[in-house]
Amino acid sequence: MMPDLGKYAEAVLSSYAVSIVLLVVLVWLSVWRATRVRKQLEDIESKVKRDG
Amino acid sequence: MNLNALWAYANPKKFIQATDRVLPWISILAVLSLVVGLVWGFFFTPEDYRQGSTVKIIYLHVPSALMAINAWLMMLVTSLVWIVRRHHVSALAARAAAPVGAVMTLIALATGAIWGQPMWGTWWAWDPRLTSFLILFLFYLGYIALWEAIEDDDTAADLTSILCLVGSVFALLSRYAVNFWNQGLHQGASLSLDKEENVADVFYYPLLVCIAGFVLLFIALVFLRTQTEIRARRMRALLARERMG
Repeated sequence: MMPDLGKYAEAVLSSYAVSIVLLVVLVWLSVWRATRVRKQLEDIESKVKRDG
Repeated sequence: MNLNALWAYANPKKFIQATDRVLPWISILAVLSLVVGLVWGFFFTPEDYRQGSTVKIIYLHVPSALMAINAWLMMLVTSLVWIVRRHHVSALAARAAAPVGAVMTLIALATGAIWGQPMWGTWWAWDPRLTSFLILFLFYLGYIALWEAIEDDDTAADLTSILCLVGSVFALLSRYAVNFWNQGLHQGASLSLDKEENVADVFYYPLLVCIAGFVLLFIALVFLRTQTEIRARRMRALLARERMG
């Protein structure tokens, strides 16, 4: 299944590895921060509502 | 389509409602296009007669380079909207896009260097396109740092918008450097409307799918991150009100 990348295997595989890692980290950080900020805002809004 | 209807999305609540509806679909399409395009390109395309298997790097390098430039241009448009119409959502959208654009630029620089080593015999050359891309990356870092450094949101939006206007020169330079600077190592554009200048069809179709994947991923991330910036801004406002009251 794995294509024969010949003498350039290292270059091709490291390009894919670096890019995929960077994209996954970017997506993960974006989703993590979105979840955290949404939760924090909900907490603050319910506190504001409670305290009037 | 009535363009004036677009201004309705300058309302933060309306923006969040509208993007919430489309975000799951855009995200699914982005993942599907990226998986199909990269698997197609990596496993099912032949070697190039000159570049060998390094041609497979094109599926990461070209879409990321394209998005690095277009992300900055999107930031330019939203910054101009902020300067002219003072819509907070547009300033926050520019802020949200910057880290995404910076990562795209980094991927383009890294894959270019990894490809350049076996093909050109060097990781780096002070070639017009490479240099303007490096400067664009530094502009991204400066833009992100400026937003973080200024506490007042409106002042930060004003100053980063000006920085964005200045940086646009390098975004355009990175795009067109190969056309008007007839020197350096970087070859001409891989994609062209002229079929003679384009890459061969066997590489072209998976490349188009990868480009679609990168564009959709960019849109999904910008929507998600803009929502986050809107919520973070509201949070800061509520906390400030609480401190004063």
